[in-house]
Amino acid sequence: MAAPIPSPTGPAMPFVHRLREAVIAGLVAMALAVPFLGLRTVNLDQGLVVQANLAYVPLAGAVVFLGRLILGLLAAPLAKAAAPLATWRPPAGAQRLRPWGGPLLVLAAAALPFLPFANRYVIDLGTTALIYILLATGLNITVGLAGLLDLGFAAFYAIGAYTCALTTTQLHWGFWPALAAGGLASSLFAVLLSLPILRLRGDYLAIVTLGFGEITRIVILNWQGLTGGPNGVSGIARPTLFSLTFDRRAPAGGHTFSEVTGIAYAPEHRLIFLYLIILALTALAAYTVARLRRLPIGRAWEALREDEIACRSLGINPTMVKVSAYATGALMGGLAGCFFAARQGFVSPESFGFMESATILAIVVLGGMGSQAGVIIAALFIVVLPELARGFADYRMLAFGLAMILIMIWKPGGLLSGRLPTIRLSNAKPKPVAEAA
Amino acid sequence: MAGPLLQLSHVHASYGPVHALRGVNVTVNEGEIVTLIGANGAGKSTLLMTICGNPKPTQGQILFQDKSLVGIPPHLIATQGIAQVPEGRRIFPRMTVLENLQLGATLADPAHFAEDLATCYGLFPILEKRQAQRAGTLSGGEQQMLAISRALMSRPRMLLLDEPSLGLAPLIIRQIFQVIEQLNRERGMTILLVEQNAYHALKLAHRAYVLASGEVVLTGSGRELLANEQVRAAYLEGGAH
Repeated sequence: MAAPIPSPTGPAMPFVHRLREAVIAGLVAMALAVPFLGLRTVNLDQGLVVQANLAYVPLAGAVVFLGRLILGLLAAPLAKAAAPLATWRPPAGAQRLRPWGGPLLVLAAAALPFLPFANRYVIDLGTTALIYILLATGLNITVGLAGLLDLGFAAFYAIGAYTCALTTTQLHWGFWPALAAGGLASSLFAVLLSLPILRLRGDYLAIVTLGFGEITRIVILNWQGLTGGPNGVSGIARPTLFSLTFDRRAPAGGHTFSEVTGIAYAPEHRLIFLYLIILALTALAAYTVARLRRLPIGRAWEALREDEIACRSLGINPTMVKVSAYATGALMGGLAGCFFAARQGFVSPESFGFMESATILAIVVLGGMGSQAGVIIAALFIVVLPELARGFADYRMLAFGLAMILIMIWKPGGLLSGRLPTIRLSNAKPKPVAEAA
Repeated sequence: MAGPLLQLSHVHASYGPVHALRGVNVTVNEGEIVTLIGANGAGKSTLLMTICGNPKPTQGQILFQDKSLVGIPPHLIATQGIAQVPEGRRIFPRMTVLENLQLGATLADPAHFAEDLATCYGLFPILEKRQAQRAGTLSGGEQQMLAISRALMSRPRMLLLDEPSLGLAPLIIRQIFQVIEQLNRERGMTILLVEQNAYHALKLAHRAYVLASGEVVLTGSGRELLANEQVRAAYLEGGAH
């Protein structure tokens, strides 16, 4: 268990030490403040000039001095307050409710857009959060279950999105076939990528996947003829419900949702519909992962994470296991990408940079590698918290970073770091859970 | 069957520039316990690993049930009926005991699963008590038991054991060796055992080979080698342990 507060010297320190610590911190802050705050570049008539504004320097020192002092004095009480958090376990009876957790969560999420407080903004935010949950569920297979670090997951997201964009705009496919094509195309690229990197492990694997992510983005950016380069692709087909559109007026030869159902047209319907699609996709993905974990293929993923040599000695083919992990993860990334493209109606390479890969990976790591519930909580945290912190304006990323540091101090293994066994044991003799591969 | 179950003839193997095996001849007949002893770096573990296909032999032939194993990838060698208990156990620490055993049964017919599980729990009753526990939380001896059980779950024709006594308490070592003998006596399991613990291993073995610098320097029945002056001097330090 980690010490619950960032004080290397422990809670029982005399006040003089705290004071000295705070003075040192304040001096460091002042030194740093000279270039960061004290010097400003200003655009004047004669060009760019540096203006010194050293009044900020002592101010920064004072703020850091006080902050460090207060934090130091609060360390002990804070640690005491946080202790139960670190060792908290659900009560024994909660175990029996576990199978109901997933369906209940999906039902609650499905009810969200119909609640009184659900306006456009809430539904939009929910949709974004669900996209990230779907992405992280996919990455969780590769990183969390199979233990293959992937720093370029946004590549699969991008391939899904562009497949959807190009099939609907160039080939005039509808959303649903494009969705399938997006998932499959991502999967296919994942298979192609995984073949050359099968021998790599750890850092080297991470570097190559990072490269793949960048290569994909740069190819999209430069292949003007196909992808439109930095201009992106617009006019992507909107999702339809059994060929009904959610527009105000029916397209030639088609019908709208409001015409057929008799419900008065409202622009929110399309948002709700999008939200429900991504919810269904995400729930399906989560359910699939939960099922796969109980099948030989899922167990092989986890065994591969634990020990590749032992896997081979048991007759598990590591090549197949790795390829299948990449392909399944990328399938979900591709679906998310395709949905993203259809929701925006527009894609450009900017949406698929390294920050996107890093965010998705952060969700997986923060949630506790391999944990589906962890992925959901972490995705909500990462998507919703910066929104809630909008009141802090420019400082919201600061608040976000602070929250992240606190989680890593209290829960160094991720929010839900305990691994769920794939079989629950009763008193009865266990049975083989599934056929051998 | 015409020939022995496993036959290695003139096998050479290297780790890069290190020539670890230099023309080794070893045979294992059906139903035998064969032991390999030797000092550190003599090539004992390399021999087992070479049978399993990693490293690949640079020269020579390995026949299992009269079929060549040379050039077959490691995971397919397991499908031939050879189960390996690797050095250092290599159980899956974050998975439960039962999940480890399920993974052991990857190659087996699922119809046998319950029966094979009962067999393993019969050999090592402690594993049944621990079945829902993470394998990484087991003691060293229990982990070794799990590693052996996991290998047995595939219903192998032959079991390769690499230093099963490594780092275990004397009492546990005794129990492990008893089970190895029991497997051979009651179920006719063919076993190739690599051991540093020469006294126990030789007492158990029908036949044994002494390896030094990648070559077989001495061979005979377990009893003969146990009585052999050179062996006593080099590996038994003049007495029973």
